[in-house]
This record gives sequence, C-alpha cells and structure tokens, in this order.
Amino acid sequence: MTQETIVRADRSAPPTSVGVRRGLFRRDPWRKPRILAAITWGYLAWSLLPLVIAIAISFNSSRSNSLLHGFSLQWWWSDPTESLWHDPELHAALFQSLRLSLFTVAIAVPLGVAFALGIDRWHSRPAKGFNFLMLLSFVLPEIVLGISLFLVFQHLLTFVRLGTTAQILGLVTYQLAYPVIIVRARLLTIGREYEEAASDLGAPPRQSIRRVLLPLLYPAIFASAAIVFADSLDDFVTVRYLSGPATSEPLSVKIYNFTRAEPTPAVNAAATFLLVTTTIAVVLGYLAYRHATRGQRTGGVSEFANV
Amino acid sequence: MPEPSAAPSRRSARRAHRAGSSEGVHYPRWFWPSFSLPAILWLLVLFVLPFYTVISIAFGTVDPIFRSPLPVYQPWYWSTEQFGETLGKVFGIFSPVYIHTFQYVFIASAICLVLGYAIAYYVARYGGKRKALLLALLISPFWISYLMRMLAWINLLENDGYVNKFLMFLNVVDRPVGWLEGRPSTVILGLVYGYIPYMILPLFGFLDRIDVSLLESGRDLGGSPFSTFFRVTLPLSKPGILAGTIIVTLPMFGDYFTNNLLSGSPRTTMIGNLIDEAYSTTGQGPEMASYVLILMALLIVPMLYYLRSTARTAAGR
Repeated sequence: MTQETIVRADRSAPPTSVGVRRGLFRRDPWRKPRILAAITWGYLAWSLLPLVIAIAISFNSSRSNSLLHGFSLQWWWSDPTESLWHDPELHAALFQSLRLSLFTVAIAVPLGVAFALGIDRWHSRPAKGFNFLMLLSFVLPEIVLGISLFLVFQHLLTFVRLGTTAQILGLVTYQLAYPVIIVRARLLTIGREYEEAASDLGAPPRQSIRRVLLPLLYPAIFASAAIVFADSLDDFVTVRYLSGPATSEPLSVKIYNFTRAEPTPAVNAAATFLLVTTTIAVVLGYLAYRHATRGQRTGGVSEFANV
Repeated sequence: MPEPSAAPSRRSARRAHRAGSSEGVHYPRWFWPSFSLPAILWLLVLFVLPFYTVISIAFGTVDPIFRSPLPVYQPWYWSTEQFGETLGKVFGIFSPVYIHTFQYVFIASAICLVLGYAIAYYVARYGGKRKALLLALLISPFWISYLMRMLAWINLLENDGYVNKFLMFLNVVDRPVGWLEGRPSTVILGLVYGYIPYMILPLFGFLDRIDVSLLESGRDLGGSPFSTFFRVTLPLSKPGILAGTIIVTLPMFGDYFTNNLLSGSPRTTMIGNLIDEAYSTTGQGPEMASYVLILMALLIVPMLYYLRSTARTAAGR
C-alpha cells in the first residue's frame, strides 16, 4: 500500500470504521493494559501501605515502633508522661503547630489574593518581574529560603527574634505563591465579562470587586486556604531553621528530632495527628470549593488537583 | 502617503483597546498596582533582602576571635576569601558529596520518570470511571507530611521491621539487613518515594490532554503501538516530562532530611546535608552561605527554564 492510498482511505472512512480496520493491527489496540494496571495499583499499594502501618503503630500496645503487638491508646492519651497529649513537649508543640498554620493562612491568603488580582490587571514590565519573583520563591529548594531567612534575622533584621514571629514570617514567604497561582488560574477561567457587566450597570470599582469579583474568587480562596494550612502544618524545614527556644518548635520539628533520637509510637501518633488534621483541612477546602463552584462547569477533583 | 496615516491610527486603536481591557472602565492608574504592593514589599524584605544577606555573608569577612560572620553589604568591599575557601572544599574533600548527590538525584529521578510515566499514562488513558478516585489517591501524598511518609519507611526498614521479617520469611536473607545504616539504595528509595507524586501530576496533565483521535489516526496510518507511542504520545508529552523532571530534581538537590532520617551516615551525605551541618555548627556562617550560593548556581538554569516554560503554557491556554 502506498502512502497515497492510506491517506485516501482514511479520508473517506468515517470515524466508526476504526473497529472494522482493527484486523490490520497485529494486536488488539483496545485490550486491557494489564502491565500498566499492575504498575499503577502496585505503586498505590507501595505508596499507601507503609502509611497504614505507621498509623497502626501509633496504636501499638508496646514500645516498639516497628512491630505491632496489640491495640492501645497509650501513645495518644493514656500514658501520663510519654503520650502525645501528656508529654509536655509534644503537647505544647501540637498547639504551636496549629498557631503557626492559622496565622500563616490569615496573612498569606489575603496578601496572595490581593497580589494576584493586582498583577493580573496591572499589565507592565514590573508586574511581570514581581510575578516571576513570586514563582521563584515557589520553586526554590526550601533549604535555601530557610537558611536565607535565618541569616537575615541573625544579621540584618535583628529586631525579629528567632521563634514564633520569625517562623510565621518565613512560612508566609514560602506559602505566598500558592494563593497567587490558584487565584490567577481562577481569574483566567472567570474572565472579565462579569466585572465589565457590573461596571456597565453603574457599579463603582469598589462595589464591583466586593459584590461581583470576590464571590467569584471564593473557590480559589477556599482552596488556597486549605492548601496553605495543610502545607504549613507539615512544614519543618523553614520552621526548624527559624525556631528559637525548644518551646517554639512545632510538631513537625519534634517528629524530626524524635525520629532521629529514640522514637516511641508517640511520634507515630503525632504524625498521624498531622495527617488527620491536614486531610480534614483539604477535604473541607474541597467541599467549600465544590459548594462555591456549584452550577459552574469545573473539572472536579482534577481541577482541584491541578491548581 | 498611506503608511504614516495608517500607523498612528493603529496605535491609537491599540491604546484605546488597552485602556478598555486592562484598566476596566474607570479604574485609576494606581488602583491595581496598589493591590500588589503589600506582597511586593513582603517579597522584597523577606525574599530578596535575605538572599542579598546570604551573598554579603559569603563574600564577607569573619570575626577573627569568635569566627562569627561579618556580612559586608557594599559590593565594592566584597572579598572572595571565604567563598574561595569553601569552593576549594567543594572541589577537594567534599567533591564526593557533590558527585554522589548527582548520582542519587539522577537515579531517583530516572526511576520517578519511568514509573511515573507508566502510572500517569494508565490513569490518563484507562482511568475511565475511576479516574477521580485514582487521582485523589495519587495526590494524597501532597498533604500527607513528608515526615510521616519517611517515618513510615523507618518503621518498616528497622532491623526487626516488617521488610526484614518478610525477606527472612521468603528466605531471601538469613539475617536482618541493616537498611538504615547508611545505604545509598535506601536513600534513593526515600527520594523516589518522597518526590514521585510531583512527577506524576505534570505528566498526567499533559497525557490527559492528548486527543485520543490523534492516537487512533496514528494507528490508522499503519503505525505499530510502539511507533505510535514514540512518534505521537511521547513527543506530545515532552513538556510534561521536562516539567516533571525539573520539579522533582530541584527539591532533591536541597534535600537533607531524607538522608538524615534514612541513613544518617557520612557515607551518603548530600549537598543539602553540608548546608544543614554548617547550620548546626557554630562559626560556619560564611561556609553555609557559600554552599547556599553554590546550590543556587547549580539550580538557576533549570529553575529559569521551568518558570519560562510554565509561563508559556499558561499564556498558550
């Protein structure tokens, strides 16, 4: 068969003729991809099973953090000195974690949303430059940012003492790009028409932002709040470099330190606590996102994943 | 003369268009920039300035008694003494660290790419009704703490852990293997486990966008499954491969915790560990700053490439 006849045959054939032409193929192209399926499901098992075991170990009834001996709540609650709740160090760290994450969300999300809005409408060379700077802070290995901030607080901005303040400043810097990226993606989807309609109908700028644009941005705001909260709760690189006294170390840093020393299942309990909290945050964020975009065409999970 | 008259009118039309679309109907000039201002100031003070401090310390001097760094903020007074000393170590006693960091990162990202591609391809092409569930499972590691995920492997790889139990049960080994005693293979496992989700997502994004009719026509035109894959699917997913590879290697180069948690032995020290150890040791400020600069120098090209390519895809959308 020459090239010519293939092209002609293809042009005249309706798309449904694919099935008829199947005989030409050496193998059935629509067969089940068993190897790929095995890799995918095998990967998921490999990726999630260790976590299930680690969670199970947090309920261990012995000191071992490698072998399960039975169920107990001693590492979560009952042990009067070593459980997550009663070990003074872990107990304090738990609240420090929540404090850092909440303040980071409260600062980073408004800052990032405003930045994204401004950059989106302020078409100019500096706007592009600042946006670039923002994205650079996002792809930089975290250790670079953590060490830079540590050094600046040590030598130049010495009025910021290492500890909670420095940690929040660092976390906000590291997390700022999330709301920016998410809000800019959302601005791209909603377009300018609603706002233009609002101002055509006589709304002054402030009102068209507050009553038209902001409600349209709610999904992006919820999604970024959830992601920033979860990510700052899990952060331990920036936070560790910027922690001052041991009381300012959040749970993530304690887990890191304990794991390197002599971990008990209480460390697993602490890690499980973080996992549950971040999962709740992400699920709530997703539900709020779904609620705010109800009636709009969205990609569901995949869009939430891509932001 | 038609030309001079055409040019101004086109320019004024463009100006009118710009005024209409970018400044809304009656937003003042300063209106939108003022929204960005707080975050811009934040970035300048807490991102640009810290980085400048790093440079000032790397090219600064050291207190002769306390060995504490004395940053020099004026570029005309910079000295390369401290930086040069560190650079000498990088090419001297610490060159193995750099070499095996590159080895680990290369092997780990290659595994991430091959495995991630297969998984992303399966979910994008054959996910069907289960696509949302599969995707949710694949992105779950994003909000599960990295520490939790490393901790899980530490539990498993312990001398009396389940991995050794399993291998002994299968008679693969007769004694527990010391997985956590400074083995490169364990560090690479940790890196793959830690960063592969970041590879799968961009790959999935690009593979999911490929129109199935393109593959069908590839097959209709007589291509074998292999040639269709190599001549249609692979070229179309190239941006995803590049994005995924960069986004996976960047944090691997700065990683010190995977190594610290899963090995802790100087045999597997990576670039990130040099920085982290300098942080924990007093009197190594300039050394630490120099390591950070060297790391940035290594990564700046892939970072810029990644940012440019994502900007282009965003603009193309």
